[in-house]
Amino acid sequence: MSKLRVAILGSGNIGTDLLIKIQRSEYLECALFIGRNLSSPGMAKAISLGVKVSDQSIDAIVKDPDCCDLVFDATSARDAKHHWAILKELGKIVVDMTPAKLGGLCIPAVNLGDAIEQQNVNMVTCGGQASIPIAYLIGQIHPEVEYIEVVSSISSRSAGPATRLNLDEYIETTEEGIRIFSGAKRTKAILNLNPANPCIDMQTTIFAKVKNPNIKALTEAVNQMVQKINSYVPGYNLLVSPIYENERIVVMVKAQGLGDYLPKYAGNLDIINCAAIAVAEEYAKKN
Amino acid sequence: MSKPYILISDPTLRDGNHAVAHQLSAKQIAIYAAAADKAGVPIVEVGHGNGLGASSLQVGESLESDVVLLKTARKNLTNTKLGIHVIPGFATINRDLKLAVDIGVDVIRIASHCTEADITQRHIGYARERGKETYGVLMMTHMATPELLVEEAQKMELYGAEGIIIMDSAGAFLPGDVVDRITALVDGLSIPIGFHGHNNLGMGIANSLAAIEAGATMLDGTAKGFGAGAGNAQIEVLVAVLEKLGYATGIDLYKILDAADLAEREIMPLVPVIKSESIISGLSGVFSGFSKHVSRISSEYGVDQRDVYRKLGKRKVVAGQEDLIIEVVLELVKIRKNAARVN
Repeated sequence: MSKLRVAILGSGNIGTDLLIKIQRSEYLECALFIGRNLSSPGMAKAISLGVKVSDQSIDAIVKDPDCCDLVFDATSARDAKHHWAILKELGKIVVDMTPAKLGGLCIPAVNLGDAIEQQNVNMVTCGGQASIPIAYLIGQIHPEVEYIEVVSSISSRSAGPATRLNLDEYIETTEEGIRIFSGAKRTKAILNLNPANPCIDMQTTIFAKVKNPNIKALTEAVNQMVQKINSYVPGYNLLVSPIYENERIVVMVKAQGLGDYLPKYAGNLDIINCAAIAVAEEYAKKN
Repeated sequence: MSKPYILISDPTLRDGNHAVAHQLSAKQIAIYAAAADKAGVPIVEVGHGNGLGASSLQVGESLESDVVLLKTARKNLTNTKLGIHVIPGFATINRDLKLAVDIGVDVIRIASHCTEADITQRHIGYARERGKETYGVLMMTHMATPELLVEEAQKMELYGAEGIIIMDSAGAFLPGDVVDRITALVDGLSIPIGFHGHNNLGMGIANSLAAIEAGATMLDGTAKGFGAGAGNAQIEVLVAVLEKLGYATGIDLYKILDAADLAEREIMPLVPVIKSESIISGLSGVFSGFSKHVSRISSEYGVDQRDVYRKLGKRKVVAGQEDLIIEVVLELVKIRKNAARVN
């Protein structure tokens, strides 16, 4: 079987880490790695791996539309909008790593099958990838979910300039994702940056207010879900099994990265990339 | 040389909310706001203990919404300015800050952990755009060196902050620590510098004076020290001491004493004292806002609060990471069980 040819748009941390993950994939092949500046560290990495590169941004695809079938957009929410207008016309599948929310939200452990029916798939946020699978289970097990709140703490070193400038978008997109997947009436997302050295691993706590909490059923479901997520994010694990404390359900998870292009503590960046690879591979298997 | 005017900001109705698990009522807000206004306090800060948009299971849900808290305070303040504390990561511009400005807040203080000033850029920009008096606040400043604090404060100045307040959120400083930091900030920045002290090690007032002597011109104080953990620098003591030293604050001493007594009767179930565990919290450098949560969860699981603070301090937790208290308590429970098995 021939591999699905993909292009990566954006040569920053996310784009470069995706590139390394694709090198290992049985289903994907990076046909073009695209940035704006040939001397960036991401470009240097791609060149060293013998991957074809371009500094022409979206024009690289416009000029050679047959170069790929799927595009990972790892630029910014604003640029992703502009890119999508072009890529849609060209018939490309887009896996959107930004919080632009142009396509349906995808959490592979929950809705992978539905997601790949769409031409544009949005990967929500790192906090969303970590918390939504649990929020989804809380919604499945409890007929009425009054409120879900998710709190993520990430290492300061893993939060680049775009993350810092886009905290509000991170919060809005994560809250919307939680609402859609859990059916909770109200949702809230909180993000903390912690500068401790050595760097902390990404950690996420899910709180929920429900009528008649069923901790036993939730615990079983969560254990299965963690295994399912481990098939595409090996470093995802349960830190605190579901407990009921102070009239709230509490579950804590931790995400350690694979340490590909980014250090292991950057589990926040790893989890969204692993999820995106899972989506692209599913497209590849379908075709 | 004449002594400078010291701008006093009073967060009794914001930091004090930590002390009552964010259960201050609209009536209590009204009573104290009116008394502070009468005493000539320049700024009264109102809200959830962790600021705008922070009502949550993570840090505690407010009895009253931000809208009710702010509208009530607005109604009861005539000359005193209404201030808010805003932490990006909790509050967003669209959901929270817009609303607060529309209600009529005068002073907006945008806060971040002491090393993360760049998350405040958009919020400071927005507050300035709306024409509000805007300050940058660095929290938990015992966790950064004076040099690093200057760099972070300079970022906030660049974003448009009209002054910088450093908080000793854990009550961990001794006067010498404050002098080092304030001196560096006064030298490195061209905007006014302020200090917000907590009392875990009994240094609330002493540290505030040290800040002033080192060149700070803004101080925070609360009625009877009503605030997170061991409480804050006491506003009525600050006013008295500053008066004795010849600094002007514009606050009427008798009236602020009356306001503090009123606050004791009307809004405080307990006047803050330095509890034994608060001392360990201060020594461990843990955010004062953790104290209610640590106390509750420790007693639920039967572990020693002091061990919890020590462990939290070692993990260098920051304000907003209250969820880690549960994890640390469960770890201690596990350690105890394992020890019992060995014996």
